[in-house]
Amino acid sequence: MQPSADTFPALLETRGLTKVFGKLTACDAIDLTIGRGEIHALLGENGAGKSTLVKMLFGSLEPSAGAIMWAGQPVRIAAPSEARKLGIGMVFQHFSLFEALTAAENIALSLPERTPVSAIAEKARALSAAYGLPVDPSMLVGDLSVGERQRIEIIRCLLQEPQLIILDEPTSVLTPQEADRLFETLERLRGEGKSILYISHRLDEVKRLCDAATVLRHGKVVAHCRPREETAASLARMMVGNTVPAVTRDTLPIKPDAPALLEVRALSRPPATPFSIPLRDIALTVHGGEIVGIAGVAGNGQGELFEAVSGEALQVDAGTIRIRGKDAGRLSISGRRLLGAAFVPEERLGHGAAPAMRLSENLLLSRHRTDRRTFFGRLGVVFAGAVRKASQRVVEQMDVRKSAVDPEAAALSGGNLQKFIVGRELDRRPAVIVINQPTWGVDAGAAARIRQALVELARGGSAVLVISQDLDELFEIADFIAVMHDGRLSKPMPRGEATSEAIGLLMGGAEPGHAGHVGAAA
Amino acid sequence: MLIAESILLTIATAATPLLLAAIGELVVERSGVLNLGVEGMMVMGAVCGFGAAALTGSPWIGMLAAILAGILFSLLFGFLTLSIATNQVATGLSLTLLGLGLSSMIGEAFVGSPGVKLPTLAQGIVEVPMIGSPIAGLLGTLSGIPVVGPLLFAQDPIFYISIALVVGVAWFLFRTRAGLVLRSVGDNHASAHALGTNVIGIRYLAVMFGGACAGLAGGHLSLVYTPQWVENMTAGRGWIALALVVFASWRPLRLLAGAYLFGAVSIGQLHAQALGLGIPTQLLSALPYLATVLVLVLISRNRRLTMMNTPASLGQPFVPDR
Amino acid sequence: MRFELVKRQQHSKLFSALSPFLALALTLVCGALIFATQGKSPVDGLYTYFVEPLLEVWSLHELAIKAAPLILIAVGLSVCFLSNNWNIGAEGQFIMGAIAGSILPVMFPTFQNGFVLPLMLIMGMLGGAAYAGIPALLKTRFGTNEILTSLMLVYVAQSFLDWLTRGPWRDPEGNNFPLTRRFHPDAVLPEVLPSSGSAHWGIVFAVVAAVLVWFMISRTVKGFEVRVLGASPRAGRFAGFSAKRMVFFAFLLSGALAGLAGISEAAGAIGYLQPVISPGYGFTAIIVAFLGRLNPLGIVAAGLVLALTYLGGEAAQISLGLSDKVARVFQGMLLFFVLGCDTLIHYRIRLVRDAVAARVS
Repeated sequence: MQPSADTFPALLETRGLTKVFGKLTACDAIDLTIGRGEIHALLGENGAGKSTLVKMLFGSLEPSAGAIMWAGQPVRIAAPSEARKLGIGMVFQHFSLFEALTAAENIALSLPERTPVSAIAEKARALSAAYGLPVDPSMLVGDLSVGERQRIEIIRCLLQEPQLIILDEPTSVLTPQEADRLFETLERLRGEGKSILYISHRLDEVKRLCDAATVLRHGKVVAHCRPREETAASLARMMVGNTVPAVTRDTLPIKPDAPALLEVRALSRPPATPFSIPLRDIALTVHGGEIVGIAGVAGNGQGELFEAVSGEALQVDAGTIRIRGKDAGRLSISGRRLLGAAFVPEERLGHGAAPAMRLSENLLLSRHRTDRRTFFGRLGVVFAGAVRKASQRVVEQMDVRKSAVDPEAAALSGGNLQKFIVGRELDRRPAVIVINQPTWGVDAGAAARIRQALVELARGGSAVLVISQDLDELFEIADFIAVMHDGRLSKPMPRGEATSEAIGLLMGGAEPGHAGHVGAAA
Repeated sequence: MLIAESILLTIATAATPLLLAAIGELVVERSGVLNLGVEGMMVMGAVCGFGAAALTGSPWIGMLAAILAGILFSLLFGFLTLSIATNQVATGLSLTLLGLGLSSMIGEAFVGSPGVKLPTLAQGIVEVPMIGSPIAGLLGTLSGIPVVGPLLFAQDPIFYISIALVVGVAWFLFRTRAGLVLRSVGDNHASAHALGTNVIGIRYLAVMFGGACAGLAGGHLSLVYTPQWVENMTAGRGWIALALVVFASWRPLRLLAGAYLFGAVSIGQLHAQALGLGIPTQLLSALPYLATVLVLVLISRNRRLTMMNTPASLGQPFVPDR
Repeated sequence: MRFELVKRQQHSKLFSALSPFLALALTLVCGALIFATQGKSPVDGLYTYFVEPLLEVWSLHELAIKAAPLILIAVGLSVCFLSNNWNIGAEGQFIMGAIAGSILPVMFPTFQNGFVLPLMLIMGMLGGAAYAGIPALLKTRFGTNEILTSLMLVYVAQSFLDWLTRGPWRDPEGNNFPLTRRFHPDAVLPEVLPSSGSAHWGIVFAVVAAVLVWFMISRTVKGFEVRVLGASPRAGRFAGFSAKRMVFFAFLLSGALAGLAGISEAAGAIGYLQPVISPGYGFTAIIVAFLGRLNPLGIVAAGLVLALTYLGGEAAQISLGLSDKVARVFQGMLLFFVLGCDTLIHYRIRLVRDAVAARVS
């Protein structure tokens, strides 16, 4: 349902806006209308096309097709400077701030004029007071909280006097109180006749704040609506989709006596850096033959959870993590591997694999302790032949495409490298595997192969823990689904009981069971 | 002259080359570049300064030659690390090795030559028409002040340049837009690039400034400290300057304190040697180096101080993505 | 019109092999220029420097004597640099190794038997390793930059040696020269082929060490650990490797090898201790390590090349009246060109017409 043009004369309109990257259509004929004095939400999962759309509006990307109309006139936005000149400002999700400089200095650097820093500090102070965004211009950015840093980004943006402000997932880094403050600011801006494009996946906020919403899925617009007239549940359904994807695995009955191969008990972890999410009291059990999926939008503690479970970060109490019934909390990653666990991190190059080393050497990366006898002789001499054979076996098993016999890891495409990394672990037949974002940035064929391999591993009696932002994927392969939000893990629910709206609500931070209510006022 | 006065003067003379080389490197590192070639640039400045002075008879030309030598030599480093993105640590080391070798070769002709000493500021300025004489006279009177007089008013021009540079760099870095941009490049070169800053260009300028300072520091050694050319006469001062930058947490005024502290230690051990206190001279001459190690350890123990002040991009090569 | 660096997807194998030769060629060209500026014929200069020392057998022995410490030290440095530990203090470890290894012949000159030499060598290695342990300890305990600490310790070691040879270890019957007494025959590192020249066993140690370390780096799990921690520290952590332990491993190994080079030089080439026992081997070894592309086998060749420059310098001084300092300039230039040419391994050079063309793509 389009908001009628006569109620809100449109400030920005896109018609059939499309962006194609090679074979991938990131944005497919998107029609979007933002009125003056309107807070407009852009809703969608990761990979739905929100970032790409916004980059086109901001001039960082050039559209492949379609038109952008600004105040009724067609425009071509070729660079961020042109977007700024039109009056479009953007506050990014990942700040590009200089930590060793003060807030005022950071703001000054993004302004082209040669105004002295002290004058900018004054302007910034005035703005921050006017809009309820308290920031001390003389403080070093490195000392500021994430919420305060975001305020600098907003002030930076406001100083250029935009008419349309684009905010990309602004509350993903804020505490509830800071988020409240932000909303007051946005409402004040709206009152001044400015428009806001608010990108988010958080349904309660969108309902509270936004006048209109456009929902994207897989690069296409699936709905226009007025959030206040919707329920959180209906919004979730629009975002996540109504169809239950085809089940590609038979739901094997979980054997009642299947051993608990991976146990996480009351895992808490303070944030390691100012940007980290603390883990709060996480509990989880994965039995042999099970696949447990952890859903959740990026940035809710998944990486921190992976580090804790894998052993890159040790726990205080050895019993917090148990692998195959043995206490593993104080064991290093090699120790946990020796107990029969395998780990696949989110980042391929630089973490899961060494980019400059060959595939066969990368095989050794996670298996030099566990497969010592197969691959090494006395004095640690490498049996190159055995390593190459194993590497070749993995390549064949996972259908890894590569240009040379034993190329450097960096030369492989993302999907093929991921296949190799996953295959490297599966080749060991581990009793437990913990895998973070198994198919992120991976082409469809490779993704299917990887998921199939995980299913087969579980069928063989292993415990599989999958952390994934891709809900479709989890519905496809997981027996149980839990949701990670803000460092907490919800109680895993059997897949049969997990509806998209329940999951969507949990991902948005709401509680399932309130499906029929309008989101409670915070 | 009182003993106190002469001691202060010797400390200043010892500290000046350290201060100069260090303030240059401070600017370089603030822009995110680590140039370990300071020792090489310094010794090149020393030999070229001495040689030019010996050949022309003019210590002023010697001073200019020292600065020029430093700049040119630093451009070798700059080209490799900034335009070709080589490893900064290895390239800096090679600059030092090349500088030591090249200076030995060039300097062979000058070993044993009588030096041309740079006159004091007063003596130098007297030549300038109109204002020269009165200023020289003023300086002369002021240097009569007990204790600090000679220290502040009867020194060679390079001393005054070093102090002026410290103040100038402090003002530049923290009170000007250009200095702010430089600091932003050293903090996060990716963000600076995203904002449209010419990262490579700024770093080139910084490297050349560092070269000029190091060259001048070397010139001070061969034109003021010991007006002579001796092979490897920098004796590791370039490395101590690098340590001083860390010690000062990349802040110019702290650098001033650090350089003079080290100057005092160097002079102290020389005087201790002269006094014949029975401490082996070798132990005393090793003192500045041991002190450097100690200082480095103390500074790095305070992780927070290190993390907050080290330019975050230090040593990382920058190749702009297209 | 300017040039641009484009990162290669994979390291160029061609340039990995070609780069040292390219660097050598460029150095020779520059060298020829230097000879010309000094008023000597470039051809004569290059010939005297690089060909003449290879023509006589005794000269080949001299080459081996000079190459031995360079190779030994550089082999150790290759392990350090590969694991991203910058040991710049090898010169100091060389000196301390020489001192530690000389304790027996200098302080217990009457203890003379077949055990003396092996003990000296072992003590030399221990001394070098212990001295290298200092910057390693400071790096792991306090996070102190190892470049500066290891370098400062070089000056300390030099002062220490100076004091020893002028003070407590000075030969009482030596006419007040700052030398220790000559090592007795049991404490001297013998020649390998006494009939044809004076090369001592140091060169054998060097080649053996190079082969062993090469084997370790390329064929064992320890070598794998070294390379991974240097190239991708996070992947190294994922593999379960400890970066802190690697600091010690690298420093202690290279310290031991530098110490061995030191005592071999003192007991082989010189025969006693004096205030200066190294013409900068510890620093020239850095050049050898890079010229050899951090590969111990390549380092053997690179060590010979750099030893050649030392000999060439001496020869050129005698026959052409050319300053022997030119050798050091050669060495410095070589490293420069090696680093520059190495870029071609990681990047391709692309000439760009102007900015517009770049943007359209």
